[in-house]
Amino acid sequence: MKEQDMVEMIDLTFSYPGEKDGAVLKEVNLEIEKGSFVAVLGHNGSGKSTLAKHMNAVLLPVGGKVYVEGIDTADADRLFEVRQRVGMAFQNPDNQIVATIVEEDVAFAPENLNLPREETAHRVETALKAVDMWEYREHSAHQLSGGQKQRVAIAGIIAMMPHCIVLDEPTAMLDPLGRTEVLNTVKKLNEEQGITIVMITHYMKEATMAQRIVVMDRGRIAMDGTPREVFSRVEELKDLGLEVPQATALVHELHKLCPALPDNVIDEQEAADAILHLFKEGAV
Amino acid sequence: MSRLEVSSLTHVYSVGTPFERMAIEDVTFTVEPGEYVGIIGHTGSGKSTLVQHLNGLMKPTSGAVLLDGKNIWERGTDIRALRFRVGLVFQYPEYQLFEDTVYRDISFGPRNMGLEESEIDSRVRWAAELCGVDESLLSRSPFELSGGQKRRVAIAGVLAMQPEILIMDEPTAGLDPRGRDEILSHVQRYHKERGASVLLVSHSMEDVARQVDSVLVMQRGRLALRGSVREVFSKTEELKEMGLSVPQVTAVFARLCAAGLDLPREVFTVEQGVEAIRKLMIERGILA
Repeated sequence: MKEQDMVEMIDLTFSYPGEKDGAVLKEVNLEIEKGSFVAVLGHNGSGKSTLAKHMNAVLLPVGGKVYVEGIDTADADRLFEVRQRVGMAFQNPDNQIVATIVEEDVAFAPENLNLPREETAHRVETALKAVDMWEYREHSAHQLSGGQKQRVAIAGIIAMMPHCIVLDEPTAMLDPLGRTEVLNTVKKLNEEQGITIVMITHYMKEATMAQRIVVMDRGRIAMDGTPREVFSRVEELKDLGLEVPQATALVHELHKLCPALPDNVIDEQEAADAILHLFKEGAV
Repeated sequence: MSRLEVSSLTHVYSVGTPFERMAIEDVTFTVEPGEYVGIIGHTGSGKSTLVQHLNGLMKPTSGAVLLDGKNIWERGTDIRALRFRVGLVFQYPEYQLFEDTVYRDISFGPRNMGLEESEIDSRVRWAAELCGVDESLLSRSPFELSGGQKRRVAIAGVLAMQPEILIMDEPTAGLDPRGRDEILSHVQRYHKERGASVLLVSHSMEDVARQVDSVLVMQRGRLALRGSVREVFSKTEELKEMGLSVPQVTAVFARLCAAGLDLPREVFTVEQGVEAIRKLMIERGILA
């Protein structure tokens, strides 16, 4: 294990007990660097959630090893240390809220650490400010929007001061506005606080925010690279049941007609620039 | 005559209590037979409350819902029969499966309609086939199926009633792109084969642009925009102000037009986009 790795998976194999269809994860080798932002893509059943659940010992390997900052997740005596380092957020915000008032919800985990009262209060404040929900601290949690609830859930994790947060499709049940709120929060945590982020998603558009994309298919890693590298493989992605953003697809199709266009744009700004550039050059 | 007419519909929650809240305010629109309508608007805009009025699950505080010109709340209207004609698929419908086999779950609706056994059987098989539920699954427990399969079973249960109007509240939420395309193609097939009117509530502008004929935009309980896909998505700025977006390819074209390229603004799908730019390339001699 390298010093700079947050998570290291070595030949990780996993199958659910009683499952006849074979292993869900097959000899996966993956290193996640400290401070990085990694998106994990894959269609339903590709093994991406199972992979995520190995990062904080919700699941333990059937074969191979998983290390979190050098700690073997299978070491039952150090389970608490693993969970303290890696927090997890899930799809449905309603399932993650435990208290009726926002600040009580965020305080739930640190209170269980037996911290001094002031320390807990301080952590709650810092966490709620980090997700821009401080002004809602006295609100009733169940009356918040989906995006707000999801941010409160993330604040609950931050209050544990983890080094890494794993988010399993955090935006799947949110509307576009809620989605943007959560994604901005995640990006900010990564950039400003250096928290390692592993985000599972179906949406390629969201994955463009990451520094690195890992694509899962049938329990194995099918692709691993920067968004630009991964997005230039449009046909392969389609074969894996994934979809590239419209801007990428547009320029990719045009590239086939006119190879002067690039084949790896990742957002609408780049797509527009590439097309404009072509017409300017063409006019000369 | 319109198939469905919503006239000055208003719904107030918890009337006369401190929690009184206007959920739907003076909404009027019509849906024609065989029309495919997208309903967009962000969370809390009243989309779900609106569609629950259309099959009589909720009663308007004021205003009316007319099906084939007849007020559904008129004295003597059989609301139960109405629900066979207006099928509603809720969000996450897979949580509503309850029977011990897939077959029985899909047959629940047609059975309640009082159809003959042979008709029930043929409808179950028809709906299962339409929704891509394999025949081998019919004898299985719905709870043994994958999430995507469960959702298809739940939708088949509504289609088996062969409603004239099919309403779907975010039928693709939480599915991966492949699962989403499958569901939308089943809906499209039902729409075409039965000539049914379909109302699709969706957050995905890309899906709406690809599937529907016309769009309703809800904002704070009011109907903010109503028109063809072309009309609605050309209002980029208004949609943005409502916290909604246009399809990404539309946004790319807005930038290109703003930079002075002679391109249409009304581009909503990748295919349309490629075609428009290809034409311009030929015009400019970039492409032979």
